[in-house]
Amino acid sequence: MRYLFKTDYRQDLTIWRHRGDLFWYGLLCIALLAIPFVLGEFYVGELGGVFIFAVAGVGMMLLAGYTGLISLGNAAFLGIGAYTNSILLAHGVPLLISLPASGLFTGLFGIAIGLPTLRMSGLYLAIATLAFGSIVGTVFQKWDAVTGGFDGFPVPEPYIFGIPIQSATGVYYLSLAVLVIVLWLSANLLRTPLGRAMVAIRDSEISAQSMGIHLARYKTFAFAISAFITGLAGALFAHYVRFLAPDAFDVLLSVQFVTIVFVGGLGSLHGVIYGALFVRLLPQFIAIIRDELPFGIGRMPGLEPSLFGLVLVLVILFEPGGIYGRWIKIKHWFQAYPLKRRSSFRRQKSYARSERLR
Amino acid sequence: MEDAARLLQLVVNGAAAGCIYGLIALGFVLIYKATEMINFAQGDIMMLGGFFAFALIAHFGLNYWLGALIAIMLTAAFGFALDAVILRRVIGQPQFAVVMLTLGLGFIFRAYAGITWGYDSVGFNTPFTNRTINLSGLVLGQDNVSIIVGTVLLCGVLYVFFSHTRLGIAMQASSQNQLAAYYMGIPVRTVFSLIWAISAGVAAVAGILLSPVSMIDVNMGFLGIKAFAAAVLGGFGSIPGALVGGVVIGIVEQLAGYFLPAGFQEVTSNVVLLATLILRPQGLFAEIAGKRV
Repeated sequence: MRYLFKTDYRQDLTIWRHRGDLFWYGLLCIALLAIPFVLGEFYVGELGGVFIFAVAGVGMMLLAGYTGLISLGNAAFLGIGAYTNSILLAHGVPLLISLPASGLFTGLFGIAIGLPTLRMSGLYLAIATLAFGSIVGTVFQKWDAVTGGFDGFPVPEPYIFGIPIQSATGVYYLSLAVLVIVLWLSANLLRTPLGRAMVAIRDSEISAQSMGIHLARYKTFAFAISAFITGLAGALFAHYVRFLAPDAFDVLLSVQFVTIVFVGGLGSLHGVIYGALFVRLLPQFIAIIRDELPFGIGRMPGLEPSLFGLVLVLVILFEPGGIYGRWIKIKHWFQAYPLKRRSSFRRQKSYARSERLR
Repeated sequence: MEDAARLLQLVVNGAAAGCIYGLIALGFVLIYKATEMINFAQGDIMMLGGFFAFALIAHFGLNYWLGALIAIMLTAAFGFALDAVILRRVIGQPQFAVVMLTLGLGFIFRAYAGITWGYDSVGFNTPFTNRTINLSGLVLGQDNVSIIVGTVLLCGVLYVFFSHTRLGIAMQASSQNQLAAYYMGIPVRTVFSLIWAISAGVAAVAGILLSPVSMIDVNMGFLGIKAFAAAVLGGFGSIPGALVGGVVIGIVEQLAGYFLPAGFQEVTSNVVLLATLILRPQGLFAEIAGKRV
């Protein structure tokens, strides 16, 4: 076990806690770069999907996990990013410009939805974003002059410096690069006063306000950055699916993003990765073991959404920290062996804060 | 004259659809007032209620009225168990944990219904199917009229229950102040579970009334999203507000479908919802001023 001996306040602010971190993350990076040379195209494609959902999950995590604002409309941001990117590419804009442009354009929508919802919290925000998401979904379907409607929209082949990247491997590397940049950005953001203000708002709006944090400004920022990142994910998603259908960006997709955040573990960037792995790989896992299951369970339609629902319910009831929280507990068990006490992670008794009196 | 009759028919159809929204919204409001939770699975409970009635009436061949009654009781018992077993545990957790929990439960109910009764639309014979009432030239479907009459009757029963029975007053008391109700000897936990039972029962009524108009299928729970608009418009805490909100949404939706180009009808309820939240967040019938949102 390693003891961190802090001799400087700046140590609290570093990204790498110690050199071991740097070593292991470096090793992980090398492994990820090498994967397309080892695994088949199918698995590379699936991992690319995981990365894209992880990017969208980071967007969700900054909003829900760090600012405490829940959104059930993030699929709309994903869709806006995807359509913006494809339309820009179809007009001959190079990918290196259209990718950040679709992020920025989606960020504008984030501000647009963030401003009117500033006065809302909790349940009302969830309902309002749900309504926003379904309005945008209907617009995708009906505005066929721009989105192609139900005929769909073929995504043009992207090039970076003349290299085509529509293949599984190309999307894999592109998504990996965006994911690393987004994670690095978010980790840094959370160290700045801006990020600390977001966390303060999550923990208590009233105390944040009395510390001089301008709630409206920071909440709008949280929506903007979340929409920006989800828009980037949408641009990647367009290349992942290669053909945009308007009904792909529905409420169920938004619920998947929230599932990433909840199952992975609220309030941790590690959790996003675990959550994205879970959400993307569970369907594959079901497909693989489908024939092995007894009593024809594997043949039942609707197995996948019900498993999602079940896992979500179980996680909320029994492990609110998600996969990351469980991992911390397992790590603690080994580190403290044999001194683990039940009370180490006992959940504090909490009382519902009434919304009636504020 | 032709136009006026057409318009009146649209309004009646809209009011009928609105009554369904209102009944679902009523379920939201009852639960929200009592426990400050929003049950995102309310629409799916309505779906379950419809399927229970389908199973009893079409499969076991029960009389319509008897089958409907048993289906409502079954759904209510289900709602009671849902609160007693699962939702009571998350009191005190952040609110969006409850949102996600009920969303997850909704997925499970939908899958359960799909596995048990299949993914096709089903229907059963009701005394109102395919019959019309002719009121001096105005032709109305009995199914639509039955929804409106059923809703009015149910509201009357609920009003009497909440204002004139011991249990109903106990429920009001626990919604207003849990601690004080507890000191008065009201078993608050059981009362909350009973409120869940009532709101599940109301949802089942909505499902059964809706079945002659549109068939019962696994995805009918998505109507719940429109019912949010009704509840928010009514002020999310006011029972008459939820019903009025529902009827307004239903009528506006029908009129939008008639007067505006295609595509606007689907978004009407959501636009009304967002507009309400932005312009008048306390809703039309604000009960508690200067709070929430």
